[in-house]
Amino acid sequence: MAAFEKLVRQYERQVFRIAQHIVQNREDAEDVVQDAFLKSYEKLDQFQGNSKFYTWLVRIAVNEALMRLRKRRTGRMVSIDEDVETDEGSMPRDLADWSPDPEALYGQSEMADILRKTIQGLPPGFRVVFALRDVDGLSTEETAEALGLSIPAVKSRLLRARLQLRERLTRYFKRGARRQSKDGVK
Amino acid sequence: MTCTEFLQQLDEMLDPAIAGPLRAELQEHLHCCEHCEIALNTTRKTIEIYRKHELYELPEDLQERLHVAILEKCRGCGK
Repeated sequence: MAAFEKLVRQYERQVFRIAQHIVQNREDAEDVVQDAFLKSYEKLDQFQGNSKFYTWLVRIAVNEALMRLRKRRTGRMVSIDEDVETDEGSMPRDLADWSPDPEALYGQSEMADILRKTIQGLPPGFRVVFALRDVDGLSTEETAEALGLSIPAVKSRLLRARLQLRERLTRYFKRGARRQSKDGVK
Repeated sequence: MTCTEFLQQLDEMLDPAIAGPLRAELQEHLHCCEHCEIALNTTRKTIEIYRKHELYELPEDLQERLHVAILEKCRGCGK
Protein backbone atom coordinates (compact mmCIF):
# COMPACT_ATOMS: atom_id res chain seq x y z
CA MET A 1 0.00 0.00 0.00
CA ALA A 2 2.86 2.38 0.73
CA ALA A 3 4.15 2.00 -2.84
CA PHE A 4 0.68 2.66 -4.24
CA GLU A 5 0.28 5.70 -2.02
CA LYS A 6 3.43 7.07 -3.61
CA LEU A 7 1.88 6.65 -7.06
CA VAL A 8 -1.28 8.41 -5.90
CA ARG A 9 0.78 11.32 -4.62
CA GLN A 10 2.77 11.44 -7.84
CA TYR A 11 -0.15 11.47 -10.25
CA GLU A 12 -3.30 12.74 -8.49
CA ARG A 13 -2.80 16.31 -9.65
CA GLN A 14 -2.35 15.34 -13.31
CA VAL A 15 -5.26 12.90 -13.30
CA PHE A 16 -7.47 15.55 -11.74
CA ARG A 17 -6.55 18.00 -14.49
CA ILE A 18 -7.29 15.50 -17.25
CA ALA A 19 -10.61 14.59 -15.62
CA GLN A 20 -11.53 18.27 -15.39
CA HIS A 21 -10.73 18.73 -19.05
CA ILE A 22 -13.25 16.05 -19.92
CA VAL A 23 -16.06 16.51 -17.40
CA GLN A 24 -15.65 20.28 -16.96
CA ASN A 25 -16.90 20.13 -13.43
CA ARG A 26 -14.94 19.94 -10.18
CA GLU A 27 -17.19 17.55 -8.24
CA ASP A 28 -17.35 15.06 -11.09
CA ALA A 29 -13.60 15.35 -11.58
CA GLU A 30 -13.03 14.50 -7.91
CA ASP A 31 -15.19 11.39 -8.26
CA VAL A 32 -13.39 10.41 -11.45
CA VAL A 33 -9.99 10.67 -9.76
CA GLN A 34 -11.12 8.56 -6.81
CA ASP A 35 -12.70 5.90 -9.00
CA ALA A 36 -9.74 5.81 -11.39
CA PHE A 37 -7.25 5.20 -8.58
CA LEU A 38 -9.54 2.65 -6.96
CA LYS A 39 -9.91 0.74 -10.24
CA SER A 40 -6.19 0.85 -10.89
CA TYR A 41 -5.55 -0.46 -7.37
CA GLU A 42 -8.05 -3.29 -7.81
CA LYS A 43 -6.62 -4.23 -11.19
CA LEU A 44 -2.99 -3.72 -10.36
CA ASP A 45 -2.26 -7.40 -11.07
CA GLN A 46 -3.58 -6.88 -14.62
CA PHE A 47 -1.11 -4.11 -15.29
CA GLN A 48 1.22 -5.58 -17.88
CA GLY A 49 4.19 -3.37 -17.29
CA ASN A 50 4.78 -3.01 -21.02
CA SER A 51 3.39 0.51 -20.87
CA LYS A 52 4.00 3.21 -18.34
CA PHE A 53 1.83 3.05 -15.23
CA TYR A 54 0.76 6.63 -15.88
CA THR A 55 -0.49 5.86 -19.41
CA TRP A 56 -2.47 2.92 -18.07
CA LEU A 57 -3.91 5.07 -15.29
CA VAL A 58 -4.89 7.82 -17.74
CA ARG A 59 -6.73 5.28 -19.86
CA ILE A 60 -8.76 4.21 -16.83
CA ALA A 61 -9.41 7.82 -15.85
CA VAL A 62 -10.53 8.81 -19.36
CA ASN A 63 -13.03 5.94 -19.43
CA GLU A 64 -14.33 6.90 -16.00
CA ALA A 65 -14.67 10.52 -17.09
CA LEU A 66 -16.60 9.59 -20.23
CA MET A 67 -18.91 7.41 -18.17
CA ARG A 68 -19.49 10.33 -15.82
CA LEU A 69 -20.37 12.58 -18.76
CA ARG A 70 -22.79 9.96 -19.98
CA LYS A 71 -24.50 9.84 -16.58
CA ARG A 72 -24.79 13.59 -16.54
CA ARG A 73 -26.40 13.55 -19.94
CA THR A 74 -29.08 11.16 -18.65
CA GLY A 75 -27.72 8.01 -20.13
CA ARG A 76 -26.90 9.28 -23.59
CA MET A 77 -23.84 7.51 -24.90
CA VAL A 78 -20.68 9.58 -24.81
CA SER A 79 -17.61 8.32 -26.57
CA ILE A 80 -14.21 9.60 -27.45
CA ASP A 81 -15.43 9.73 -31.05
CA GLU A 82 -18.32 12.05 -30.39
CA ASP A 83 -18.57 15.10 -32.65
CA VAL A 84 -15.11 14.65 -34.06
CA GLU A 85 -16.32 14.55 -37.66
CA THR A 86 -16.42 18.28 -37.91
CA ASP A 87 -14.69 20.45 -40.42
CA GLU A 88 -14.66 23.43 -38.12
CA GLY A 89 -11.21 24.92 -37.85
CA SER A 90 -9.70 22.59 -40.41
CA MET A 91 -9.09 25.63 -42.60
CA PRO A 92 -8.35 28.78 -40.61
CA ARG A 93 -10.71 31.53 -41.68
CA ASP A 94 -9.82 34.37 -39.41
CA LEU A 95 -6.22 35.12 -40.09
CA ALA A 96 -5.82 38.25 -38.04
CA ASP A 97 -2.52 38.40 -36.26
CA TRP A 98 -2.61 38.54 -32.47
CA SER A 99 -1.46 42.04 -31.94
CA PRO A 100 -1.15 43.47 -29.36
CA ASP A 101 0.02 40.41 -27.43
CA PRO A 102 -3.15 38.93 -25.87
CA GLU A 103 -1.33 38.34 -22.62
CA ALA A 104 -0.93 42.08 -22.29
CA LEU A 105 -4.67 42.58 -22.82
CA TYR A 106 -5.97 40.41 -20.01
CA GLY A 107 -5.19 39.74 -16.40
CA GLN A 108 -4.29 36.20 -15.25
CA SER A 109 -7.77 35.21 -14.14
CA GLU A 110 -9.54 36.83 -17.09
CA MET A 111 -7.23 34.95 -19.43
CA ALA A 112 -7.85 31.68 -17.59
CA ASP A 113 -11.61 32.25 -17.97
CA ILE A 114 -11.23 32.82 -21.70
CA LEU A 115 -9.10 29.69 -22.08
CA ARG A 116 -11.59 27.60 -20.10
CA LYS A 117 -14.58 28.86 -22.08
CA THR A 118 -12.76 28.29 -25.34
CA ILE A 119 -11.71 24.72 -24.63
CA GLN A 120 -15.15 23.85 -23.24
CA GLY A 121 -16.58 24.45 -26.72
CA LEU A 122 -14.54 21.62 -28.20
CA PRO A 123 -15.90 18.04 -28.42
CA PRO A 124 -14.53 15.86 -25.55
CA GLY A 125 -12.52 13.77 -28.02
CA PHE A 126 -10.58 16.86 -29.09
CA ARG A 127 -10.26 18.35 -25.61
CA VAL A 128 -8.68 15.27 -24.19
CA VAL A 129 -6.18 14.83 -27.03
CA PHE A 130 -5.12 18.47 -26.70
CA ALA A 131 -4.88 18.18 -22.91
CA LEU A 132 -2.76 15.03 -23.03
CA ARG A 133 -0.44 16.08 -25.85
CA ASP A 134 -0.06 19.81 -25.44
CA VAL A 135 -0.78 20.45 -21.77
CA ASP A 136 0.33 17.23 -20.12
CA GLY A 137 3.18 16.63 -22.54
CA LEU A 138 2.49 12.98 -23.41
CA SER A 139 3.93 11.76 -26.70
CA THR A 140 1.69 10.93 -29.65
CA GLU A 141 2.26 7.21 -28.99
CA GLU A 142 1.42 7.50 -25.28
CA THR A 143 -1.70 9.54 -26.07
CA ALA A 144 -2.81 6.95 -28.62
CA GLU A 145 -2.30 4.19 -26.08
CA ALA A 146 -4.06 6.05 -23.27
CA LEU A 147 -7.09 6.78 -25.46
CA GLY A 148 -7.19 3.56 -27.43
CA LEU A 149 -6.82 5.50 -30.67
CA SER A 150 -4.53 5.02 -33.65
CA ILE A 151 -1.56 7.35 -34.09
CA PRO A 152 -3.04 8.98 -37.24
CA ALA A 153 -6.31 9.58 -35.33
CA VAL A 154 -4.40 11.32 -32.51
CA LYS A 155 -2.49 13.45 -35.00
CA SER A 156 -5.59 14.45 -36.89
CA ARG A 157 -7.54 15.31 -33.73
CA LEU A 158 -4.65 17.25 -32.30
CA LEU A 159 -4.32 19.34 -35.44
CA ARG A 160 -8.02 20.09 -35.53
CA ALA A 161 -8.15 20.83 -31.79
CA ARG A 162 -5.25 23.26 -32.11
CA LEU A 163 -6.78 25.00 -35.11
CA GLN A 164 -10.22 25.25 -33.55
CA LEU A 165 -8.79 26.70 -30.35
CA ARG A 166 -6.73 29.14 -32.36
CA GLU A 167 -9.77 30.23 -34.34
CA ARG A 168 -11.94 30.70 -31.25
CA LEU A 169 -9.23 32.54 -29.34
CA THR A 170 -8.71 34.86 -32.30
CA ARG A 171 -12.34 35.98 -31.96
CA TYR A 172 -11.87 36.74 -28.26
CA PHE A 173 -8.61 38.54 -28.73
CA LYS A 174 -9.93 40.68 -31.55
CA ARG A 175 -12.75 41.85 -29.31
CA GLY A 176 -10.25 42.56 -26.53
CA ALA A 177 -8.01 44.55 -28.87
CA ARG A 178 -11.01 46.58 -30.12
CA ARG A 179 -12.09 47.27 -26.56
CA GLN A 180 -8.61 48.40 -25.63
CA SER A 181 -8.27 50.73 -28.60
CA LYS A 182 -11.71 52.26 -27.83
CA ASP A 183 -10.65 52.82 -24.22
CA GLY A 184 -7.44 54.34 -25.48
CA VAL A 185 -9.35 56.85 -27.59
CA LYS A 186 -11.47 58.05 -24.69
CA MET B 1 3.01 23.77 -51.84
CA THR B 2 -0.52 25.10 -51.29
CA CYS B 3 -1.81 26.62 -48.05
CA THR B 4 -4.04 23.56 -47.48
CA GLU B 5 -1.05 21.26 -47.80
CA PHE B 6 0.94 23.47 -45.46
CA LEU B 7 -1.80 23.43 -42.82
CA GLN B 8 -2.10 19.67 -43.03
CA GLN B 9 1.56 19.50 -42.08
CA LEU B 10 1.41 22.24 -39.47
CA ASP B 11 2.35 19.84 -36.69
CA GLU B 12 5.69 19.24 -38.37
CA MET B 13 6.47 22.90 -37.94
CA LEU B 14 5.31 22.93 -34.31
CA ASP B 15 7.61 20.11 -33.33
CA PRO B 16 11.16 21.47 -33.14
CA ALA B 17 12.59 17.96 -33.26
CA ILE B 18 11.44 17.45 -36.83
CA ALA B 19 13.94 18.36 -39.51
CA GLY B 20 14.69 17.26 -43.02
CA PRO B 21 13.32 17.88 -46.51
CA LEU B 22 9.68 18.31 -45.47
CA ARG B 23 10.56 21.04 -43.02
CA ALA B 24 12.61 22.83 -45.63
CA GLU B 25 9.66 22.71 -48.01
CA LEU B 26 7.36 24.10 -45.33
CA GLN B 27 9.85 26.88 -44.55
CA GLU B 28 9.94 27.80 -48.19
CA HIS B 29 6.15 28.14 -48.28
CA LEU B 30 6.26 30.30 -45.16
CA HIS B 31 8.64 32.76 -46.75
CA CYS B 32 6.08 33.70 -49.35
CA CYS B 33 2.78 33.22 -47.47
CA GLU B 34 1.88 35.68 -44.76
CA HIS B 35 -1.40 33.90 -43.97
CA CYS B 36 0.29 30.62 -43.16
CA GLU B 37 2.91 32.43 -41.12
CA ILE B 38 0.14 33.99 -39.02
CA ALA B 39 -1.62 30.64 -38.71
CA LEU B 40 1.61 29.03 -37.52
CA ASN B 41 2.50 31.79 -35.05
CA THR B 42 -0.95 32.03 -33.52
CA THR B 43 -1.28 28.25 -33.25
CA ARG B 44 2.10 28.13 -31.54
CA LYS B 45 0.95 30.87 -29.18
CA THR B 46 -2.31 28.97 -28.50
CA ILE B 47 -0.34 25.99 -27.23
CA GLU B 48 2.02 28.21 -25.26
CA ILE B 49 -0.82 30.04 -23.48
CA TYR B 50 -2.58 26.82 -22.55
CA ARG B 51 0.65 25.37 -21.19
CA LYS B 52 1.37 28.45 -19.17
CA HIS B 53 -2.00 28.90 -17.50
CA GLU B 54 -3.02 26.25 -15.03
CA LEU B 55 -6.76 26.04 -15.76
CA TYR B 56 -7.65 23.33 -13.33
CA GLU B 57 -5.46 23.82 -10.37
CA LEU B 58 -5.91 21.44 -7.50
CA PRO B 59 -5.78 23.54 -4.31
CA GLU B 60 -3.74 21.97 -1.53
CA ASP B 61 -6.66 21.44 0.84
CA LEU B 62 -8.66 19.72 -1.87
CA GLN B 63 -5.65 17.62 -2.85
CA GLU B 64 -5.27 16.45 0.73
CA ARG B 65 -8.97 15.63 1.02
CA LEU B 66 -8.86 13.80 -2.28
CA HIS B 67 -5.70 11.93 -1.31
CA VAL B 68 -7.23 10.69 1.92
CA ALA B 69 -10.47 9.71 0.14
CA ILE B 70 -8.58 7.72 -2.51
CA LEU B 71 -6.57 5.78 0.04
CA GLU B 72 -9.64 5.10 2.16
CA LYS B 73 -11.48 3.71 -0.84
CA CYS B 74 -8.53 1.50 -1.75
CA ARG B 75 -8.11 0.20 1.79
CA GLY B 76 -11.84 -0.48 1.98
CA CYS B 77 -12.01 -2.46 -1.24
CA GLY B 78 -10.81 -5.59 0.53
CA LYS B 79 -7.81 -6.17 -1.67
